[in-house]
Amino acid sequence: MGMTTNTEAPRREYVDGTSAIVRGAIDAGCTFFAGYPITPASGILMSMMREIPKVGGVAIQGEDEIASMGMCLGAAMTGAKAMTATSGPGISLYSESIGLAIMGEVPLVIVDVQRLGPATGGATTAAQGDVQFVRWGTGGGYPVIVLAPSNVPESYSLTVKAFELAERFRCPVFLLTDKELAMTLSAVDVDGPTVAQGTERTEKHEGLPYSWEPADAVEPMRRYGEGDAFRFTGSTHDEGAYITKNAAKVGALNEHLIAKIEHHRDEIEMVDADLIPGADTIVISYGVTAGAARAAITRLRSEGATVSSLVVHSLWPIPEAALNDAFEGIDRIVVPELNMGLYSREIERIAGSREVIGVNRIDGGLITVDEIMEAVR
Amino acid sequence: MSAITITPISTFRTDDPYPFCPGCGHGPILDRLNEAMIKLDLDPAKVVIVSDIGCSGLSDQYFITSAFHGLHGRSTTYATGIKLANPDLEVVVIMGDGGTGIGGTHLISAARRNIGITVIVMNNLNFGMTGGQHSTTTPEGGITPTTPFGNLEHPLDICATVGVNGAAYAYRGSSFDSDLADRFAAAMEKPGFALLDVWDLCTAYYVRSNKFTRAGMEESMRSWGFEPGLLYDRDAVEYSVGYRAAHAAIIGTPVADALPVPVDYPNNLDRPMSLVVAGSAGGKVRSASRLVALGGMRSGLWAAQRDDYPVTVKSGHSVSELWIAPQEMPLMAVTSPDVLAIISSDGYGKAGPYLGAMTPDDLVLTIPEHSDLETQARVVVIDPTSAENRIPKTSMGLVYLSAALAITDPYPLDALREAAGAGSFAEVNLEAVETGIALVG
Repeated sequence: MGMTTNTEAPRREYVDGTSAIVRGAIDAGCTFFAGYPITPASGILMSMMREIPKVGGVAIQGEDEIASMGMCLGAAMTGAKAMTATSGPGISLYSESIGLAIMGEVPLVIVDVQRLGPATGGATTAAQGDVQFVRWGTGGGYPVIVLAPSNVPESYSLTVKAFELAERFRCPVFLLTDKELAMTLSAVDVDGPTVAQGTERTEKHEGLPYSWEPADAVEPMRRYGEGDAFRFTGSTHDEGAYITKNAAKVGALNEHLIAKIEHHRDEIEMVDADLIPGADTIVISYGVTAGAARAAITRLRSEGATVSSLVVHSLWPIPEAALNDAFEGIDRIVVPELNMGLYSREIERIAGSREVIGVNRIDGGLITVDEIMEAVR
Repeated sequence: MSAITITPISTFRTDDPYPFCPGCGHGPILDRLNEAMIKLDLDPAKVVIVSDIGCSGLSDQYFITSAFHGLHGRSTTYATGIKLANPDLEVVVIMGDGGTGIGGTHLISAARRNIGITVIVMNNLNFGMTGGQHSTTTPEGGITPTTPFGNLEHPLDICATVGVNGAAYAYRGSSFDSDLADRFAAAMEKPGFALLDVWDLCTAYYVRSNKFTRAGMEESMRSWGFEPGLLYDRDAVEYSVGYRAAHAAIIGTPVADALPVPVDYPNNLDRPMSLVVAGSAGGKVRSASRLVALGGMRSGLWAAQRDDYPVTVKSGHSVSELWIAPQEMPLMAVTSPDVLAIISSDGYGKAGPYLGAMTPDDLVLTIPEHSDLETQARVVVIDPTSAENRIPKTSMGLVYLSAALAITDPYPLDALREAAGAGSFAEVNLEAVETGIALVG
């Protein structure tokens, strides 16, 4: 994890994903956090309350999840890089504000520390049941970006990346993690990747707050209090954020919200591809399940099996180019996930005639190395 | 040389006429807000009008200030975020009685925090945009499409609600008040949370269905128990000021950084080793597991621990799965541990799957209560009462894990001693380590 720079012998620390996310956020320039207590995401809230004031930022416990999101949106419009963190039940309450962030084009990082659902489900139990929910969790069906770390170092690096993408595309970016990834303590290299440098927000201090010409262009942001006055609205609007029902304006706005992400999939696509020439089977995994998948791959190869692996870091938009590359020569695709196949249906869409085999578990336990090896064999 | 004259801004309004119905009170209220901003000589670029949904939510478009038009009832939350992140901005919320109802908890919380925003509630006693349905402020007996036989709910006293909960300023009046612009100005000048509950006429619905008129408004307010006037006016620290003062001392101090673990010992592992300690919540099971991990790291090993426990804090089970390994390894579950320590009946209740998967090469340490457990693994029963000193419940995990390390020898016990002696509760932990070693010595 890129915390310090040091040229001495490798040093390790014992940390959890929660600490990695907090450090990643602060290194990325986060200066505003609002959240509401919920297991297993509370650690991020508590840590942010202690850490953010040190960099001159503000952290606050909202009266509920809805307020927390609202505060983040307001703060982001003053120029702050904002983050919030919750779990599935909280994402349910975030829903309307996710739509507002999409419509108002507000950069925002939303951490979903998944737990077993539905409803209160299992607060201290891992699951990957929100993989479609975060993508489709607000009305309208417009795109968001979803990143998924699979260990502590990635919890740091993908948090930094989430801030970068939020600024680049002016949209909410989810960091989809889970109880095990957030709370499991791991030894990690202290002197791994270099310290992340947070990307500066691209801003302008006068003129209209929005533009969608060409459709995929992202307009520099305004911030309240700098330059002349400007508007913001969650309703369909023109470039000045005045509410409109003019079909040409509304169409251009909504196409822009899609194009700015869909036309730039190559900038978002992130996978950890470990491909073996001649392999006819590949394991596609993400998040906590990637741990057992990687271990299974190592063991299968030590037994002489020719099997490829691809860990998806950018779940949405779906990394179609990387998946299509990885599927060359492949007949069988094994997709382990802690749900009943929520992401494998996306894989099936790209897989064509290839066989897609799910390894699924929804009892709170982790998918084991043996279960994945069994499915590959 | 001519004198420099600064001309105060003559209006904060755009040229567009309001979209409100004839006779609606919203336009006059907004005119008074305009007058207040002129009076205060504000910079429109430093003012953010925050609105939400309903007819009141149309208001911000008619001002040249900055604006944030959001979702129903949430305007207070956006305003809070704006003010917290940039306290120099003048933040004015315009909401209706609809937003007041759905966002009630936000209003209460904003008042409790005493966040420095000014909330103007355009209170026309019903939902004017969606068909005149009743709101939280509709008077008892009021006729609306959703209370066709008279409203059965007690109307919300907005001023009292925020007033008893910390608001710095709360005023109730109507769109007809001659001094309303002055009230708005006073509220905006108030450093803390200010709310103005401004009653007005919904000529489209409530007035028509209830013969509600200007003449009767003030009288009705009083007869329903809603006293008009300045009801709360107190001085208290504004939240964003208070927040910065409370944190002034730590600004610029280092953010929590890596705590590297020194490596001073060799280890004896050529493959990953898994240890599971199964005990009770509140028994410091996770802390014990962590110290064993840190001992391993002091011996050059990698480590990872996955903890399982219910939502309760100090009751129920607590199970920690720990890997120590010569190489970095991905996060995965322990299915068949090399060592299992059962230190309570709660833990025993969770041990079944592990016990069933373990082989004769593996080791189970258990308290005497569960000495009859079924497993192929080697079982060592440790009686904690045979220890020289009484073992506190919170030391059981570390005692049993230390015993396990003494038997299996994955790394030097001195590394564990150093880990135990380095953190909090060093004395207690060191005693636990020695007790565990002695019990199997």
